[in-house]
Amino acid sequence: MRAHGWTFWICIALSLLLMLMPLPAMVQPLKPYWPALVLVYWALETSDRVTVGLAFGVGLAADLLNGALLGDQALRLAVLVFIVLRFRSRLRFFPMWQQALAVWLLLLNNHVLQALIRAFAGDPRMPVQSWLAPAVGAAIWPFVFLLLDDVHTRVRGKGAKAT
Amino acid sequence: MALPQKESTPIFSDATAGTLRLIAYLALAAVLMVLDHRNGWLQRARYATAAAIVPIYKLAAAPADWIHGAGVAFTQRSKLIDENRQLRETLMLAEARLNRMHSVAQQNERLKQLLDTQHLLGMHAQLARLIDVQLGPTRDRVMLNVGSREGVRVGQTVIDSHGVMGQVVEILPHASVAMLVTDPDHAVPVMVSRTGLRGIAHGTGDPGQLVVSNLPLSSDITAGDQLVTSGLGGRFPGGFPVGTVTRLERDPSGMFLQALVKPAAELDRSGEVLLLRDQPDPVGPPAPAPQVGPPDSLAPAAAAPRKRTATGAAP
Repeated sequence: MRAHGWTFWICIALSLLLMLMPLPAMVQPLKPYWPALVLVYWALETSDRVTVGLAFGVGLAADLLNGALLGDQALRLAVLVFIVLRFRSRLRFFPMWQQALAVWLLLLNNHVLQALIRAFAGDPRMPVQSWLAPAVGAAIWPFVFLLLDDVHTRVRGKGAKAT
Repeated sequence: MALPQKESTPIFSDATAGTLRLIAYLALAAVLMVLDHRNGWLQRARYATAAAIVPIYKLAAAPADWIHGAGVAFTQRSKLIDENRQLRETLMLAEARLNRMHSVAQQNERLKQLLDTQHLLGMHAQLARLIDVQLGPTRDRVMLNVGSREGVRVGQTVIDSHGVMGQVVEILPHASVAMLVTDPDHAVPVMVSRTGLRGIAHGTGDPGQLVVSNLPLSSDITAGDQLVTSGLGGRFPGGFPVGTVTRLERDPSGMFLQALVKPAAELDRSGEVLLLRDQPDPVGPPAPAPQVGPPDSLAPAAAAPRKRTATGAAP
């Protein structure tokens, strides 16, 4: 159980680092929203760890690092995790392609919210290519899922042996 | 099939509570956003937590640094030799030019003394490195590795060897954030160096483009003209290259020209930059035209602090 908790927090920290990490300017707008993907995975896999409040906290940390607008990502991640938890029992048993489609819809919703918040804050409009970012996120979802699942089962297997 | 049934029961039973909780969080987020937008809470929070935040930035920038370092380590020798030769040629050319300029500078100084104005040729600058992280998805900002402890202040001009890059907008104890000239929120007063025509260059959000709008249709400007900072407004010192006009077009109203400008500075996110120190001279350039506009006595109360910052920029 201990190791389990560590894995979760390491995953979250890595996703925040990936969010900050720069990419070549050409593909920069296409960068998937890592914290969302990681939170979706843990919300699907563990029943009680990820709550709306936790998503809010992770979002606040991301805002603090990003330096854009305090509360922006907190709101978006809270909404995202709320939807995932609401449909969790259905999403978990979707085949992979349907799950990827659902992730695309979630990220698209997230992107729409971001555009709305930016419009209210008076920030300039996002580049057109950035609307492809949710699709990129959905395309890599199966790989993210399999990778995290592998790590998760290994750590859990070790934890079960130890106890 | 029994599993989803079993799992869905508790979720839907306290669905209302979940929704209420979500609404509470949404309200909290909205309040935070409004307060931050009004009062700049985020910057204060970032300043307070800088000791924890800056190492995270360094960590996030590390892979890009390694890739860059590996690129340098594995560059071919012949390429390095070529580059070296090219740099030496440029250096010689620059030195020759500098020697010629020296006499001109002396002459200029004499003439300026004759005119009894302050000379601004001695520039105090501080070298800074960029920390390669991405701040916000669509904003042209860069992070520098020097901060308030190294004497950086908000408003300092950031230049590289080719021209103006932007200005410092936020400081942390050992890091600072600079807004690039291409940020949509940024504007810099410019002058066409050929004719002296003045304008304001705005960022567009596109990393390779600035725009100077509201130029009269009859103004003397063509593609290829060099733009330099005009020094008006007291924020940017005059005479630094800003960019080259690439294209002229009518603005949407058809009443004015707008010039599309390619920035002179290399705005990619790596390498070293210079931060210009404010002039230590208490006199500085003449105050920017205090007689423009109605007299101060007619101005509303908000005008007073603004005037103070305009003249107070010199010390």
